[in-house]
Amino acid sequence: MKTFYKKFSEKFIEGLLMLSSTITTLTVVLIVVFLFKEGLGVFNKKPVEDGFVIALNKQNPVNKLTSAQLKNIFDQKITNWSEVGGKKDSIILFRMEDITNYYSEEQIGEKFERLPQCIGKVVDSLPNIIAFFSTKYLDKNFQGKQLDIDKISFKEFFGGKEWFPTAQPSAQLGVLPLILGTLWVSLGAILLALPLGLAAAVYMSEIADEKVRKVMKPLIELLAGIPSVVYGFFGLVIIVPLIQKVFDLPVGETGLAGSIVLGIMALPTIITISEDAMRNTPRAMKEASLALGASKWQTIYKVVVPYSISGITAGAILGIGRAIGETMAVLMVTGNAAVIPHTILEPVRTIPATIAAELGEASNGGLHYKALFALGCILFIITLIINLTVEYISNRKKYNNR
Amino acid sequence: MKRKIFVIALTLYTGISIAQKLKGSDTVLPLAQKEAETYMKSNKLAKITVTGGGSGVGLAALVDNTTDIAMSSRKIKMDEKMKLQDAGRAYKEVVVAYDALSVIVNPGNKVTQLTREQLEGIFTGKIKNWKEVGGDDLQIVVYSRESSSGTYEFFKEHVLNKKNYASSVLSMPATGAIVQSVSQTKGAIGYIGLAYMDKDVKSLKVSYDKGKTYVAPSMSTAKDKTYPIVRPLFYYYLSTVEKTVKPFVDYVLSAEGQKIVEQVGYVPLTK
Repeated sequence: MKTFYKKFSEKFIEGLLMLSSTITTLTVVLIVVFLFKEGLGVFNKKPVEDGFVIALNKQNPVNKLTSAQLKNIFDQKITNWSEVGGKKDSIILFRMEDITNYYSEEQIGEKFERLPQCIGKVVDSLPNIIAFFSTKYLDKNFQGKQLDIDKISFKEFFGGKEWFPTAQPSAQLGVLPLILGTLWVSLGAILLALPLGLAAAVYMSEIADEKVRKVMKPLIELLAGIPSVVYGFFGLVIIVPLIQKVFDLPVGETGLAGSIVLGIMALPTIITISEDAMRNTPRAMKEASLALGASKWQTIYKVVVPYSISGITAGAILGIGRAIGETMAVLMVTGNAAVIPHTILEPVRTIPATIAAELGEASNGGLHYKALFALGCILFIITLIINLTVEYISNRKKYNNR
Repeated sequence: MKRKIFVIALTLYTGISIAQKLKGSDTVLPLAQKEAETYMKSNKLAKITVTGGGSGVGLAALVDNTTDIAMSSRKIKMDEKMKLQDAGRAYKEVVVAYDALSVIVNPGNKVTQLTREQLEGIFTGKIKNWKEVGGDDLQIVVYSRESSSGTYEFFKEHVLNKKNYASSVLSMPATGAIVQSVSQTKGAIGYIGLAYMDKDVKSLKVSYDKGKTYVAPSMSTAKDKTYPIVRPLFYYYLSTVEKTVKPFVDYVLSAEGQKIVEQVGYVPLTK
């Protein structure tokens, strides 16, 4: 009877453990599926907001306009039809509220009941017009030519250089500047944090005496407990003006400021985890190395570091993960200008900052919303690639040392 | 027994007719909080909860029917309107206050006034140096709010003539960050709500008639409508809950409510 209970309770605990790990795995899978389902939805959408049409006069030979051309036309950067393959005539812009320039309020009607006809007439009478208005006011026997707009393509999304998700009439969703911005800032952060972190870890685990270590370690761990907004504010008030002065720049909000703040934020993770791993090197191994005549430094880089490489890798991955995914601090110091950065001393815009800043106001399920989810997918893939690479490198090193 | 019935009736009364939720724009948030606080002080039965998140969040909640009032610093968008229409919900729009935007520069900048056309040139990237508008030979650094912000949309529509900002514009997550950055960057220009003005930055006079008259932003010029860059702040609610929310909305629009508007730093409605 007793053994039955024992067996039963063991089975029960086993089941419980299995259940919790299954739930965790399932949650991860569900989140990823959700992310990609929403994100890929962006390629099913048109850059022109649902419920709007873009119409031309029926005599206009232009049949197709790209999203970028539309933006430039409405920004008055393209002012002649010949630039987009039409006749040599200047473009007349027409937005819904411009109707009052053509018709009086009486003609339109108190409840806009005659607005559709009015718009139809305006589009009909001006051969060089491009009109942007709501489908609600589309006349039943509308004579103009409604432009067919392509859905957002992969090429446009990943190769586009402009990020204006709320631009009207046509949203510009080029994520290239955002991807490059994220990579620049994270790369800078890793280059700053990794050498510094590893050096500190080696010092604390192998060289520093117990007293120093006991003071330093809690202090470094305290660094991990500071909220990221505080880092951001510190960066904005201290680091940004400093960079501006040191490099004599017109703006201090640069990729470098983001890199420094993120580097500081990633340090405690890298230091604590790799230090723990190094301290776990068996004493016998270190002593054997020293007994063979190796110096302290030789022991460190021939024995301690190779032995603890998986722990160091884990620390680096977690640190980098924090750097790439960090939102608030970066949002405050990098300036968030969506231009392709040529040096790290220019303002950049990162993916997490974009998502955090814009999701709040994006209308649920709309184009902008889906585009932000697609950005989330890209971020996920970037971190995945980095993790896999680091893992691959550290695995290879292990085999070489055996 | 009588008392029990009374208590039940009371809880039903407070539960059904007076509890209400406000959600939306972070610009309207401080105002709504203050209004709700004072309203609840005088109406002990009322329960009002106010949460931020952004205009889009508030209007999305209105579509999902998870809020009673959506606060918004921009007009409802066409696709949001259509969603409400699809769901068969009629809504009401109320302007509760105005917010004046002032254009600010670093105090060290000698430029004191700009026309709308010059502002358009600066923010769309056509004018790149202060010497083009009568200042020192210094690169212009343009600060703006994030594209999600209602302030961004309003400035684009009314100052930039609906043209898009230049891509090189730096966008900041909060108005406070714009003030901080403009105060420490020599060539900076930005725009903020009147309530956020402080002495570390200088506000510019603006002209909307091609340089004939320049008006400085202040509470009095905003009130008498001589200052041109003023935007409305909205409450949106469904017609079905009009009975519940009406007393509070009326309170906000009353003289007492409008006094709070001015205390918080926004411009009261003029009748």
